[in-house]
This record gives sequence, C-alpha cells and structure tokens, in this order.
Amino acid sequence: MAKLFNRGKLDGLQVGAVSDLALPTAGGSVPPEHEMAAKGRTLRGDALRRLRKNKLAMAGLIWIIFVILVAITADLWAPYWLGDPVKIDSSTAAQQRLLSPSLDHPFGTDKLGRDVASRVVYGARVSLIVGVLAVIIMVAIGLIMGALAAYYGGIWDSIIMRLADIFFAFPYILFAIVLIALLGKGFHNVFIAIGILGWPSIARVFRSSILSVKENEYVDAARAMGASTRRILMRHIMPNAMAPIIVYATMSVGGAILTEAALSYLGMGVQPPSPSWGLMLSEAPTVIFTSPWLMIFPGIAILTTVLGFVLLGDGLRDALDVKLKE
Amino acid sequence: MLAYIGRRVLQMIPVFIGVTIILFILRSPGVLGGDPVRMITGEKAISETLYNQIVKENGLDKPFYVQYWRYLSDLVHGDLGNSYQKGRAVTTILLDKFPNTIKLAVAAIIVEIFFGIGAGLISAIKRYSFWDVLVTLSTSVLVSMPVFWLALLLQFFLGVKFKQWGLPYLPITGMTSREFPAIVHLILPAVTLAAISTAYAARIMRSQLLEVMGQDYIRTAAAKGLSPSRVIMGHAMKNAMIPVVTYFGLDLGAMLGGTIITEKIYSWPGVGREIFLAIEQRDWPIVMGATIIIVFMVMVINLLVDISYAFLDPRIRYGRQVA
Repeated sequence: MAKLFNRGKLDGLQVGAVSDLALPTAGGSVPPEHEMAAKGRTLRGDALRRLRKNKLAMAGLIWIIFVILVAITADLWAPYWLGDPVKIDSSTAAQQRLLSPSLDHPFGTDKLGRDVASRVVYGARVSLIVGVLAVIIMVAIGLIMGALAAYYGGIWDSIIMRLADIFFAFPYILFAIVLIALLGKGFHNVFIAIGILGWPSIARVFRSSILSVKENEYVDAARAMGASTRRILMRHIMPNAMAPIIVYATMSVGGAILTEAALSYLGMGVQPPSPSWGLMLSEAPTVIFTSPWLMIFPGIAILTTVLGFVLLGDGLRDALDVKLKE
Repeated sequence: MLAYIGRRVLQMIPVFIGVTIILFILRSPGVLGGDPVRMITGEKAISETLYNQIVKENGLDKPFYVQYWRYLSDLVHGDLGNSYQKGRAVTTILLDKFPNTIKLAVAAIIVEIFFGIGAGLISAIKRYSFWDVLVTLSTSVLVSMPVFWLALLLQFFLGVKFKQWGLPYLPITGMTSREFPAIVHLILPAVTLAAISTAYAARIMRSQLLEVMGQDYIRTAAAKGLSPSRVIMGHAMKNAMIPVVTYFGLDLGAMLGGTIITEKIYSWPGVGREIFLAIEQRDWPIVMGATIIIVFMVMVINLLVDISYAFLDPRIRYGRQVA
C-alpha cells in the first residue's frame, strides 16, 4: 500500500483512482481529468507548468526579477552613470536643479539638483526591502496564529479569531498612520507597522485552509494506514495548506509597497533624504506640476512593480488552483 | 432572522471592547514609554505645580484599570475629550467635518456603481472580446496604482494642463470657489476615491455574472425563448448582484471613515483631512476620538450589510445557525 503514495511510480489508471493524493486541494476543487492522466507528474511540476503558460504572470515575474537585479547592482553603476541619489553637490546644485530629462539625466533632476533616475533606482531598494520584510513579519505571525487557532481550536480559536476581527475593524490606512504616529516615523517602523497590521488575513486564510485540508479523504487514508500526526501534518496538510499562503504573500508584497509609498507620501514613512518612491512624489504641487518628470517616473516605478506582484499573484492563484475571495 | 441579527450584534460587543482596549493602550503614552503629560503640553517648559495639576485632572496617577474605566464611561456618554490645540470638544469638531466626508463618499459610490457594474457587465457578456481584455487589463492596472499618484495625474492633466491648452478644466483643490459650482469641485476627489474600488467592483461583477450564467436555470430561461437581454437582466443579474451590492456596502463604510489621502490631496475639509492635520499637530484626542467613531461606524455598516445579505440569501442565515 505504501507504494500508492509514491506518485512517481503510478500508472495512469491508478492516478485517476487515487487522484486526491496528488492534487492541490486547498480550495477543495479538482482540476479536469485530462490534466492528471499523465504519469510522473507532481503537484509542484504541474503548478509550474501552468504558471509558465500564463504570459501575464511571466511578464510580472520577469519585471520583478529585473527590478531586484537593478536594486542589487545599483552601487556598481548608478552613481557613476547617473549621479549620487542622496548627496547634494552645493557647487553645482543651482545650475543642476529641475532640469528636464536629457541624455545626462534620463529622468531629469529634482529641486536639489539630484538625478531622478538614480533616486528611482535606489528607491527600488527601499520598496523591495520594506515589501519583503513586512510580508515576512505578517506571514510569520499569521502562520503561527492560524496554526494555533486551527490546531488547538476551542477557546484559542475564538480568542485568535476575535483578535483578528478587532484588527479588521480598523480602517487599514488609518490604523497604519496611527501606529506610525505612535511608534515614530522612519524606515523600520514602516515595515513593522505593515507587518503587524497584515497578519489577521494570513491567519484567517491559513486557518481555514488547514481546516479544509484536514477534512480530505487522503488525510483519513494516511491516518488509517498508521501515519503519525507529525507525518500527516508535514507531508499532507502543510503542503496543501501553504498554497493559498504563497498566493496571498505574493500579492501582499505589492500591497506593502503601496502602503509604504502612501505612508512616505504623507511624510509618515521613510524620511528624507532617503530615496523612496512615495517620498519623491510628496514634493509640493507647485514644483511637481511645473516639472512633471518628478511625478511621472517614481509613479511608474511604483505602478509597474506592484503590478508585477499582482500579475504574478494572479498567475500563482490560477496555477495552484487556489480560491481566494476578492 | 431575528435570532441571526441578535447573534451578530452580540458578536460585535467583544470586538468593540477589544478596539477600545487597543486604542486605550495606544493613547496611554506610558505604555509605549512616553510621558503622558508631555503629550498634552508639548515641548513647553512647565512648572511642577502645573505638571502635578495636569496629572490630577486627567487621572494619570490612578491605576490603569481605573483610567480605562473612566475612558470607557466617557465614551459611552459620547464624551471624546477636548482637542489639545483647539480646546473644543472633539465631537463638535468631527460633527462639523462629517457632512463633507459623507458628500464625497456618496459621490464616489455613485461613480463606482455606474462604472463598476457597467464595466463588469460588458466584460462578462462579451467575454474574451476586445472590451473584456481592456476591462481586465485596466482593472489590474488600477488596483496596482497608488491612489495619491492617480490624484496627482488627474490634477496635472485635467486641472493644470487642460487650462494651459485652453480646454475645459476642473478645479483641483478645495470644496468651493467663485469660479466653479460646488458640484464640479466634487468630480476629481470622487473619481479618485472611486477608481480603485470601481476596479474591484468590476472584477467581482464579471466573475459573479460568469458563474451565474453557467447555471441550469439560466439555460432554462434561454431555452424557453427569452431574449438574451431578458435572461441577463431578469434572471442572471438578480443573483450576480448580491456580492457586488455587499461590496458597495462595505466600501461605503470604509469611505465614510474619511479617506485621509484623497481628502489631503484635494484639501477636502472632511474627517480624513482633520485626522491627518491632528496627527501632524500631535492632537491625540482628535485622532483617537475620530478613530473610535469610525471603527464603530464601519462595524455598524458591516452589520447592516451582513443582515441584508442574510435577508437576500437565506442559505447564509441557515448555514450559520447549523454551524
């Protein structure tokens, strides 16, 4: 019987018969029959294949990789080709300020004579770091809380879910601003605040996905065959319960980048002279409307990066066959 | 039905108490390591007698639970304290601003209903057509767009540039002016506020309609010879609309809470902008008072949405009773 669980050795007929074993069942749905007829397919392989076929998702992924590369390698080229993103050269600042885009300054210069392109490049670092760290915090808290609620149930479940309800009762951006106002402004508090505010969604998704996966026949089957609780959790429940988390976390990176931009725009986030896209857009309207390149390029940077994560998240959702409420 | 409403109201109580506890902890600067008196007086140097007087007046020398109890009983009596800066009661300040926020929220919801349902409907009916692709792409772009950047672009093109080019242009700030009627001032803020939610509404509308259109009773309706438009309007829309209407309800709740970013950019004198200004001036009673009112309002609206949802879709109230 143990061989049944070794998906690689199954022939087509048997895969059909034990289909529940090999499928992403987080949402309880089953992909069409023909997709699982071939032999030697794995959950991950199938998902990757579906993802690769999704052109929009791949475009999003390629763009994200590009932005990451730009952010990582910035020190090697940006200061030499474009100019320093932070330092103000007082000897030339007067002639260099608010220049429109040219070969020397492809995105123009700001009112302190700094190169906007260089600041946009370095802004990618701020956005990506904040986005990723915030999501790590929210996923870590969310997974623990969700698992506690689903595993222990009863009073723990009620307490954790009511706590999540309390967090949901606050309007998001207002809660973030109030939290930052009390924690203090600045880079660290931005991703901490976004992370703290984000956990309830992850906890809810993870809890319900554990609960729904637990009900599947293949978990019963594993238990009937004498698998230990630990094995059932790690081999059967976790891999399937993680699918919605992967989707949700990917989309949340985009959301966290948007929130950071909004907070920095309001002056509550990353502080000058750090190059943050949101901060760059907070120049006075009188300056921004006469020198529109100050507004166009950082805005496009935010939009395309967030869009990359949204498209990738959409693609992952379809590829992993996860049902999330919109 | 009554039992369902009763249960939902009872569920609200612990959540609301939890919210008051969190806000109480946040507004008690001692907890986060600050000096409560300094939060009231700011950086000004004050004498020790005055310091002690402030401590006494605000009950800051009492234990936490006494302070919390005082806070809660003030809250129940509708007393949110006085603004540090303006010296007036927080409730009066906020009551002044609420009508403006309501005006903006209602205008935005109208935009959302019109464009969200329209775009979703077209996109679902003409699935995979040029229009469907256009709607799908533009909704993806809109949900990725920072709302303040959208506002800047609208101000720049429809306000500043159109004026330069001699085209009819729109006011980009404030609520009234000699040049424009008040309703024109509402256009850009309302469109900005509505844009992202419209995209979500269109997506929900599309997926709901597609799901409903695949059901047997729709095929029956088509089979008995009804025209496509009657099938959609008379049969499919009725069921597809339920989640969309729910979404509008929740969104209205969120917008009534004041929308800090939109109100700030357009200098719209609503609750959101008041909160933002209060944060900048560290006027905590306004921030905390507004937050608690907003949370309460959002909870009540969510309750109303849930009740109407249960009313429209009986599966919900029975489903939950069993659970």
